[in-house]
Amino acid sequence: MGFISRGFRGKRRDTASSSRLPPGQYVVTDYPVLSAGPTPRIPLSEWTFVLEGEIDQPKKWTWEEFRKLPTEQVTKDIHCVTKWSKFDTVWTGVSIDTILDGVETAAEYTVQFSYGGYTTNLIPHLYFWKSAKWIRGIRLVNEDQPGFWEVNGYNNYGDPWREQRYWGD
Amino acid sequence: MTVQQSDLKLDGNAIGGLLREIFTMEMTAAIGTCAHCGTLHAVGEVEVYMNAPGVVVRCPSCGEVQMKVVRGHGKYWLDLSGVRCLEFSAG
Ligand SMILES: [Zn+2]
Repeated sequence: MGFISRGFRGKRRDTASSSRLPPGQYVVTDYPVLSAGPTPRIPLSEWTFVLEGEIDQPKKWTWEEFRKLPTEQVTKDIHCVTKWSKFDTVWTGVSIDTILDGVETAAEYTVQFSYGGYTTNLIPHLYFWKSAKWIRGIRLVNEDQPGFWEVNGYNNYGDPWREQRYWGD
Repeated sequence: MTVQQSDLKLDGNAIGGLLREIFTMEMTAAIGTCAHCGTLHAVGEVEVYMNAPGVVVRCPSCGEVQMKVVRGHGKYWLDLSGVRCLEFSAG
């Protein structure tokens, strides 16, 4: 499952009854860096972001165009499937609502794809491998397509609150 | 935050123990044919990224993914789709 979930304003879980730490996780104060390959070196003059797939007019932004889009800042807890969690990480970026603004599509799923070849299906509130580090586009698709880790043992959905780490969880 | 690429990239000897668990024999001298570029490399020479949800093995010639290994719940998930052929001595 990888339904398009607009925006990062999901249901909050900081009610008194529920802990902030999902099951099986521990809190870190440093910032572990995970990498499945070398860091891509993309000159900003060649960088683009695309929205493609099940869409009449694919959209493409250069770096300069992308930086002119409205940005917002969000503060979120992140939960890595390797069991560390980090609270209150601050992100600045372009909302998926802005990327999808005015787009007509029947697609119910997405593939994020990256410089460096990484892929995953979307995104917010799930384990952090669902967030591609060097994202270069989003493909709108009619059927869910497991990505780099989802084809190889990792859970297709990946909800940290249900501890969906591996296949069968 | 500064991250040195060399801190993250290891050579194939880093997965000697892991492959011994899976194949129950020493595999670092095994020769793999890259499914992407056709180059032959000993397992000990490949590029290994272990700071990830699983182990990622890349071809030192073309950089493409040769193997992925995920371990969890007492199971292995082993993707060898980037290795066309793996040659190793019997016994
Ligand atoms: Zn190769």
